[in-house]
Amino acid sequence: MQYKSQAVAKPYFVAAIGLFVGQIVFGLIMGLQYVVGDFLFPALPFNVARMVHTNLLIVWLLFGFMGAAYYMVPEESETELYSPKLALGLFWIFLVAGALTILGYLFVPYATLAEMTGNDILATMGREFLEQPLLTKIGIVIVALGFLFNISMTMLKGRKTAISMVLLLGLWGLAIFFLFSFYNPHNLVKDKYYWWWVVHLWVEGVWELILGALLAFVLIKVTGVDREVIEKWLYVIITLTLVTGIIGTGHHYYWIGAPEYWQWWGSVFSALEPIPFFAMTVFAFNMVNRRRREHPNKAAVLWALGTGVMAFLGAGVWGFLHTLAPVNYYTHGSQITAAHGHMAFYGAYVMVVLTLISYAMPILRGRAANSPRAQVLEMWSFWLMTIAMVFITLFLTAAGILQVWLQRISTAPLSFMATQDQISLFYWLREISGVIFLIGLVIYLISFFVKGESRVGAQ
Amino acid sequence: MQVDLSLPPPRHLAGDLAIWIFILAELLAFGVFFAAYAFTRARHPALFEAGQQLLDRNAGAINTLLLLSASALVVRAVQGAARGDGARAAPWLLGAIVCGFAFLGVKGHEYALAFAAGVNLSGGPFQMFYLSLTFFHFMHVILGLVILAVLWHGLRRGHYGPGAMNGLESGAAYWHMVDLVWLILFPLVYVIH
Repeated sequence: MQYKSQAVAKPYFVAAIGLFVGQIVFGLIMGLQYVVGDFLFPALPFNVARMVHTNLLIVWLLFGFMGAAYYMVPEESETELYSPKLALGLFWIFLVAGALTILGYLFVPYATLAEMTGNDILATMGREFLEQPLLTKIGIVIVALGFLFNISMTMLKGRKTAISMVLLLGLWGLAIFFLFSFYNPHNLVKDKYYWWWVVHLWVEGVWELILGALLAFVLIKVTGVDREVIEKWLYVIITLTLVTGIIGTGHHYYWIGAPEYWQWWGSVFSALEPIPFFAMTVFAFNMVNRRRREHPNKAAVLWALGTGVMAFLGAGVWGFLHTLAPVNYYTHGSQITAAHGHMAFYGAYVMVVLTLISYAMPILRGRAANSPRAQVLEMWSFWLMTIAMVFITLFLTAAGILQVWLQRISTAPLSFMATQDQISLFYWLREISGVIFLIGLVIYLISFFVKGESRVGAQ
Repeated sequence: MQVDLSLPPPRHLAGDLAIWIFILAELLAFGVFFAAYAFTRARHPALFEAGQQLLDRNAGAINTLLLLSASALVVRAVQGAARGDGARAAPWLLGAIVCGFAFLGVKGHEYALAFAAGVNLSGGPFQMFYLSLTFFHFMHVILGLVILAVLWHGLRRGHYGPGAMNGLESGAAYWHMVDLVWLILFPLVYVIH
């Protein structure tokens, strides 16, 4: 560890992994509810389990991004963090607020929760992914502002690199676009229109900048390739990302009542969204092939390469599958969307956070890399989780194709629920893959506790 | 007739590999848009015919000349810098920038007339494509001008010369791409019918 204050990243990473476990447990519960409809009902209805599953994902990724930034920015800026105390304070605020919100979801009926938390003052609740009570939303803004202040001040007093500038741009964008979660117009078209400004412009816009910056940072560290080369790639990737991703928002505007030209704009630009992901994959492999040193942390290199490949497949290829308006006319909101969502989130954002944790955590614990035994275990968890996710995606894709056929294309279309019965086999297979994923995750956790001689000392 | 069987001298890639990946991505984006235009036009020939009649082909032709001139001037500037005569080559680049701004002026005038005539993105497929394609290109001209301005500044300060051509060639290649796209866009949207 080059700077003492980088240590504040550690609790963020620990919390991220903890919430990750929670997310997967709720995912498995929901996966079972798909086929055993009354499992845990009425204690845990499907809609609540789903809300917890998706909200935990977002919150733990935010913990991961923040931890990553606290680790990266001092090293990039070559100076201590502006205020480690602020970073730790915000950590506890965010963790407690997040935990209270989840407990609220689980133990208070949603409508009561809305009443208790001032939703009648400013109605922001009840929208997918933005279900958080007003108080939590305000809390998120406060934490984000404090975090950005801390990170920006650190950068201002130190070295300014392209990587940290891209990271900062992404993080500021993340905070700014979240503000649209407070805008909840009565007009349903407008409501959906601006809802995507949070949801789409996060994951297919500013988050990709964060992804690119984190990947570039780890690649510089593990390959020793010249910063100029890596920065040049980063510039190309983020330009492509922004050009395709921002106008690509149009692929959500096909059927919500927005003007018709969005079918063209959305189709053309979002069809090109795989390009930056492809560039990222080429970039990662290229840099590793041109490496000028053998970094002892093989697991981190594996995660970095995996991020490139899986992000391209999950976000790029599976997104392209149903992004063109004539295709989306049939596939909209089917299990194909769920397949894409799972592999894209895992491949792009879960994996990049795990890449950074894999690289930084050993250093935070006082060694350049974990012992070979621990690394082997971590790599096992990489393969188990990644392959399980590939199968989850394939089974959901099969379910989706069948669903679209039975429910929307066949000459004698079935109702939604009758269709669900027909595709239950795939839901069972998905659930089994989910269990494998959980096993991979448990092995991942164990890898942190495996002792053994580390071949190299701390850097 | 004598046939020259000797191999051409080995050629280096002008500009950076990264800019070429970017240029190819740009060409792909325009290519997809052009293909979409062609397919839609085949389905509504009469509507596109009527729409094209309203376009000012003279303005389009003037703009074509402006972009071609700008590209030629960029070539002169690059050649000058390659000879090690960067400072004397800088005015060529300034000329290209002036041509680029003139393009924006002519195009802006066209837009003003079109908007006054009620052309808008929801006014049927031809109007949608006309505005989308030309505006997407318009934005690229602006980006190209920013790049040319940076290059002009660098050239005047002597940043480019023999052995240090990477940045200049990369920017020049981008500008030629902007020009090339227009050379397809102009006949496709304004002329062929």
